[in-house]
Amino acid sequence: MLAEKYTTEIQTILAKYPPEERRAAVMPLLYLVQRDQLYVDRHSMSEIAEILGISTTEVASVVGFYSLYYDQPGGKYRIQVCTDLPCALRGAEQFMEQLCQRLGIKPGETTSDGLFTVEPVMCLASCDKAPMFQVQSGGGLAYYEDQTVENALALIEQLRTEAASKGSAKRKDEYE
Amino acid sequence: MTKLVTLTIDGMQVSVPEGTLVVDAAKKIGIEIPVFCYHPKMEPVGMCRMCLVEIGRPVIDRSTGQPVLEDDGSPKIQFSPNLETACTTPVGAGMVVLGATEKARSGREDIIEFLLTSHPLDCPICDKGGECPLQNLTIKYGSGQSRYLYDEKKHFVKHVSLGELIFLDRERCIQCGRCVRFQSEIVDDPVIGFFHRGRALEIVTYSNPGFDSYFSGNTTDICPVGALTTADFRFGARPWELNKAASICNHCPVGCNLTMNVRREAASGGDWVVKRVMPRQNESVNEIWVCDKGRFGYHFAASSSNDQTSFKRLSQPLVRKNAGSDHPGELVPASWDEALSVVSERFAEAGDGLLALAGGRLANEDLFNLKQLTTTLGGEAVLYTHMAGGELTTQLGIQPGSDIGTMGQGDAILVVACDLMEEAPIWWLRVKQAAERGSQLIILNSRSTKLDQAAAFVLRYPFGAETSAVLAMLNALSEKRLRLPEAVQVLERDPTLQAAAEVFSGANNALIMYGSDCIGLTESQALAQACANLLDATGHVGRPNNGLLGVWPRANDQGAWELGFQTQTKLEDALGAAAALYIVAADPAGDDPTYLGQSGFGGKAFVVVQDLYLTQTARLADVVLPAQSWIERDGSFTSGERRAQRFYPVIPPRTAPVSRAESPSTNKAPLLIAGDEVMESPLPDFAITAMITLRIDSEARITASSAARVFNQMAETVPAFSDQTYLELAQVHEQWPIVGRDDLYYGGTSYENTGGLGMQLALNTSDTPSTTRLAGTTVEFIRMPKLGQIAFPIARLYDRGKTLMPSQLLHERIGEPYIVLNVNDAEMLRIQDGDVVHMTVANREPDSPDRVTTGQTVVVQARLDQELPERVVLVPRSFGIPIDKPTPVEIRRTE
Amino acid sequence: MSKYPAGENNSYILLRQRAIPDLDNLDIYRQHGGFTVLEKAITSMKPDEVIEVVKGSGLRGRGGAGFPTGLKWSFIDKDNWPHYVVANADESEPGTFKDREIMEGNPYQFLEGIAICAYAIQSSAAYIYLRGEFWQISANLDRHIEALGVAGLLGDNLFGSDYSLHIYTHLGAGAYICGEETALLESMGGKLGQPRLRPPFPPSFGLFGKPTVVNNVETLTNVPPIVERGAEWYRTMGTEKSSGPKIFSLSGRVSRPGNYELPLGTTFRELIYEHGGGIPNGRSIKAIMAAGASSALIVANDEALDTPMDYESVPALGAQLGSASVIVIDDSISIPWLINKTTHFFKHESCGKCTPCREGTYWMMHLTDRIANANATQEDVALLHAVASQIRGKCLCALGEFSIEPVLSGIERFKADFDTAVSETNNN
Ligand SMILES: Cc1cc2nc3c(=O)[nH]c(=O)nc-3n(C[C@H](O)[C@H](O)[C@H](O)COP(=O)(O)O)c2cc1C
Ligand code: SF4
Ligand code: FES
Repeated sequence: MLAEKYTTEIQTILAKYPPEERRAAVMPLLYLVQRDQLYVDRHSMSEIAEILGISTTEVASVVGFYSLYYDQPGGKYRIQVCTDLPCALRGAEQFMEQLCQRLGIKPGETTSDGLFTVEPVMCLASCDKAPMFQVQSGGGLAYYEDQTVENALALIEQLRTEAASKGSAKRKDEYE
Repeated sequence: MTKLVTLTIDGMQVSVPEGTLVVDAAKKIGIEIPVFCYHPKMEPVGMCRMCLVEIGRPVIDRSTGQPVLEDDGSPKIQFSPNLETACTTPVGAGMVVLGATEKARSGREDIIEFLLTSHPLDCPICDKGGECPLQNLTIKYGSGQSRYLYDEKKHFVKHVSLGELIFLDRERCIQCGRCVRFQSEIVDDPVIGFFHRGRALEIVTYSNPGFDSYFSGNTTDICPVGALTTADFRFGARPWELNKAASICNHCPVGCNLTMNVRREAASGGDWVVKRVMPRQNESVNEIWVCDKGRFGYHFAASSSNDQTSFKRLSQPLVRKNAGSDHPGELVPASWDEALSVVSERFAEAGDGLLALAGGRLANEDLFNLKQLTTTLGGEAVLYTHMAGGELTTQLGIQPGSDIGTMGQGDAILVVACDLMEEAPIWWLRVKQAAERGSQLIILNSRSTKLDQAAAFVLRYPFGAETSAVLAMLNALSEKRLRLPEAVQVLERDPTLQAAAEVFSGANNALIMYGSDCIGLTESQALAQACANLLDATGHVGRPNNGLLGVWPRANDQGAWELGFQTQTKLEDALGAAAALYIVAADPAGDDPTYLGQSGFGGKAFVVVQDLYLTQTARLADVVLPAQSWIERDGSFTSGERRAQRFYPVIPPRTAPVSRAESPSTNKAPLLIAGDEVMESPLPDFAITAMITLRIDSEARITASSAARVFNQMAETVPAFSDQTYLELAQVHEQWPIVGRDDLYYGGTSYENTGGLGMQLALNTSDTPSTTRLAGTTVEFIRMPKLGQIAFPIARLYDRGKTLMPSQLLHERIGEPYIVLNVNDAEMLRIQDGDVVHMTVANREPDSPDRVTTGQTVVVQARLDQELPERVVLVPRSFGIPIDKPTPVEIRRTE
Repeated sequence: MSKYPAGENNSYILLRQRAIPDLDNLDIYRQHGGFTVLEKAITSMKPDEVIEVVKGSGLRGRGGAGFPTGLKWSFIDKDNWPHYVVANADESEPGTFKDREIMEGNPYQFLEGIAICAYAIQSSAAYIYLRGEFWQISANLDRHIEALGVAGLLGDNLFGSDYSLHIYTHLGAGAYICGEETALLESMGGKLGQPRLRPPFPPSFGLFGKPTVVNNVETLTNVPPIVERGAEWYRTMGTEKSSGPKIFSLSGRVSRPGNYELPLGTTFRELIYEHGGGIPNGRSIKAIMAAGASSALIVANDEALDTPMDYESVPALGAQLGSASVIVIDDSISIPWLINKTTHFFKHESCGKCTPCREGTYWMMHLTDRIANANATQEDVALLHAVASQIRGKCLCALGEFSIEPVLSGIERFKADFDTAVSETNNN
């Protein structure tokens, strides 16, 4: 299914690496799947394994090691607030706490509509612009810097409206 | 010669080859540097940091390039500020290694403490308790006390199954990665891996089915803690309760050296039972590994006489009585004396009408005595097998000094008509490793196999054209070209074949391993001949690491060939014609009812069956003689590498106690006497045969008394064995790596070899090599029928054979009988993957392959394959489907 | 007139986008002399000459270790081919955000640097390994690379020579350890990002097992100016042993956090007070971390503030310059809280390959949790110190060694904070 749906993307990815080092393409292929369905299920791991001529377990190991790959579905938007030391020195922890409070969830949880997961993450190389967070979604990954709770809530509202207007059925088209 | 480097370790000087790691150099002189992640069979990774030592190196003056000297004239040594890992550091000239200093000691203590912050304190319920490197090294190097809070330890569900055979306890895992590395680095089957990272690292499998690897059991040997255990031994016993005995695996021609662990159990009525099978080191055979078939497929031998399974062992002779004209009578228990009398009388009557049919599982001693019996009477000794050509391996085979483990750069190995992974997994490993060391691996086969991945040349021939394919290589090298069938001419013109032929011809050493993939007796005879010609033509005979190697279906087929057994292409006719049949360790009737012929071989002939069980064939016999299994006695097997190796009694023979008063035996019969009881019990095959022979001819030179005496007699009369004595087979010399002493931490729990490394047989030079028979002839080639399919037999490691089925554990792996069809054929027949189909086997009239006469029908599952050519059907052997050579079949959808 | 001015303050050599708008547009970059240096190198210099110039400049790696760049290039194994260049754009050290600004604002100078490096070691394929979060940057770089291809500045037979080069981006996926060069190479190979044993080093055994130069983004961005204006010019900036400009990422409790491009050897005081605007809210400075979370804590006294930031002077303070990510700590911060943050980071990022780091970071995290949450005793502090010391010198890579820096220096140099934390335990 992956191979048919993304034939050209896969070819483009594979072309980056020497043919005998196809395995190097495992990370970009995982991103391809994750952009499509927001997490990597077992079946896709097997498909990637087949494309690369490695074992499914080897693909799974990569999924397990890196924190940006998910093997479980989460919110449609993952709001990841940097609360690492430099950001924390600029109030990031309080920012996340308040944001979660306003959304009625605890850090790591997903809003009841299944749309937003808010979680703390390690340094995102944006230490001078804290509080900041990144939003991971099927659309990719975007940074939001110098944030206030109000700003963030406004963004969340905007994403919520977008999600509602597109409807989940059309989700996949969004990224094409 | 590799350069030697001299260094000092804890005050002891040692000279080792350049490139040796410090940890190994220490081991060589008996100094222990503890390790967890390092394993002498794998590349160092330096993960666990247990092997920390202080290392000093001589200071070299930059300007002169000479070592700087201390005032006393000794070289100035500079120590690095940090401890270093002995497992990743190669030795250097003048290096000084200190492993016993306070600094090194405290470094190890630190690492142990770190490891124990995660490790549970569940030794009392851990299967590894008693042979656990972590436990041992903690006692030796740990501080005895942890400052870590117990409730901060990690907690997981205790046991997760990674597959039916291996269980994982994630709490116990110390993330040394040995198992993961074994699977990827050594056996190229990376079906287990790490998941997550940091302290959350855990072993997982995402493969489907899970940890399904032919070598999985080895990971439990090298796991330095009780994280990986086998489903077989789990909760089975404590290591210190077990006795051990050296044995040899009886499942394939590799002849892996084993140690069997046994104990007496109340659950088995106080009988001795085998608790587990472990590898025993023999670096020239199986190193320190065994495949899972060898490890888990032992239950058959031990199934006790009071087992209520279909594999109930025979414990007493049976003699057919009360037969009338209208009914066959029945087999009733008899004394040895009675049974042997009947048998010897009838055999004597039969004279040269005696046909002895022997299975390749028998020991050399059994086969030798059988051969003596037939020689005495002038009868025929036939090996029950589907694979021929063995007489060529005795003349042009490999010889003393051969070891695939030493083959590498400049050498070549040709593997033809063989699926080595399925037929002999450890050879697959050894050949793959030879290829990794630089040997040129050439594969000729009609279909792809796992070994292809390691090969330098992979060549495909049409199904049935294996002999022509080998001759095509020969053609590529010679002026005189044999005319080959049209179907292989494409292959003949393939430049890859030309290149492969040249590489083979130019190799320093070259081996050919031929198997029976998709072929039967006739074809394998021709194939062996062609291989012999190729070896002879390229000068790859008569030297170590050169020659022809048969990948036999049975553990001691090679022994049978050495002792002069022959094959019978028309076995059913021969069986029908014989006046008396002595069928030992073979079950032709169970394998294929057509062997019974028109009248059934029990019809005319007097039939004696000697076996472990009441097989289908035994049920038809006039006399049934109970044999001891190889784990109940001693003897020797000859491996496919022509290495005679001894096995030892592991458990006492199964007995059926009868009180002395009731005993039907007379003093003439050998008896086992225990206290007041007389045991009617199974006897070793060689002994039974000898007793029969002696009753026929009391002067016969044959002995029943001990395997040792039989062996030595064999050495006197059979040239191949002439350099050997039974005692010498038990000799050992020090092997590297050192395993199985106090150092479980180092190589794992595989056993040290104290039972003998065996000896390779000398080549049989008394017959002139028969390597010319094919020259000038055109070559037979299996033609595809215009209609219907041809079934080609293939090997599966896990088959439904009688020796494997009692191992319940493997049932899921064995699966149901199946066949493999081409997708187009399947479509035409409206068959889908997984459908149950009817397959009708043609009668055994193979002369006209286009004609399918109706024979036996079997109901099997169909699997589909895109790569198979049309009309080709693959049928696994020993799955109850009576196909052991290319055979026309008709397949129907089951309505 | 050179495109790179002499190195006075505010005349940017690396962050030139701050002076030239739209420098991420190829036309603009070329208008300012872009890719003439690459052309010069390929058409008029031998590969070894390029290496010599870089060697002579004294350029040292900006990724943290400060290894002489030209020397590294000269180590490349010429008996084993192909060669690769890998640009380390993993930038995951807490407090570091300089490479990101280069790649966003001045991407072509970075790409030109890669190309010159590749030419110097005769590599025809270069990869940029970006941390996964730099998704957008990577997409932009892909566009820039494409633009270069269209302009004939990348691809086959560059400038009519027989030299060809392709550059590719590769995204990581959230693992600090992948900044460590051998872990990065493993990761690029499609495996877990766990460090390799060294030796062999990347110049002999690198990407896909082939000789490889791994350089930091900032390091490579220094290369075009060096090759254009020469080693002598470059050495006029910075100190004798630490030449050239450096981007200092300033964060934490300062008024104007951000990247500052200054010569190596600039003092902490100048950076924090002149450029960073000092400590806000009337607070005073307590401690400095010079190399992100991996730093030993420097007690911010006058002596420290007047120390020049270069590869020799900072170590004299018992710390490292590293990637020059200066985190400023004011007197409202409790050091136990701080090391609790850093140990959480290292515990999260430990790859798990070696025992002391895997188990030790976890243990330290537990202990600092207790200490920071006023739930500990003096023994816990002593134990924390012991555990950190127990990790020291035993790890497979530097991550584990980094993890103990703030802990040991924190306990040793800010003992009073720990006494306070422990005394709070006794009070409740
Ligand atoms: C744990 C760890 C993390 C690292 N992270 C980075 C990083 O994010 N970026 C970087 O350029 N170098 C990083 N390094 C340094 C690299 O290993 C390597 O020294 C550097 O990329 C070499 O380039 P340079 O010589 O140009 O500095 C890290 C090292 C370690 C031990
Ligand atoms: S110190 Fe060890 S566990 Fe930590 S990141 Fe390095 S190799 Fe991995
Ligand atoms: S690090 Fe040397 S044995 Fe594990």
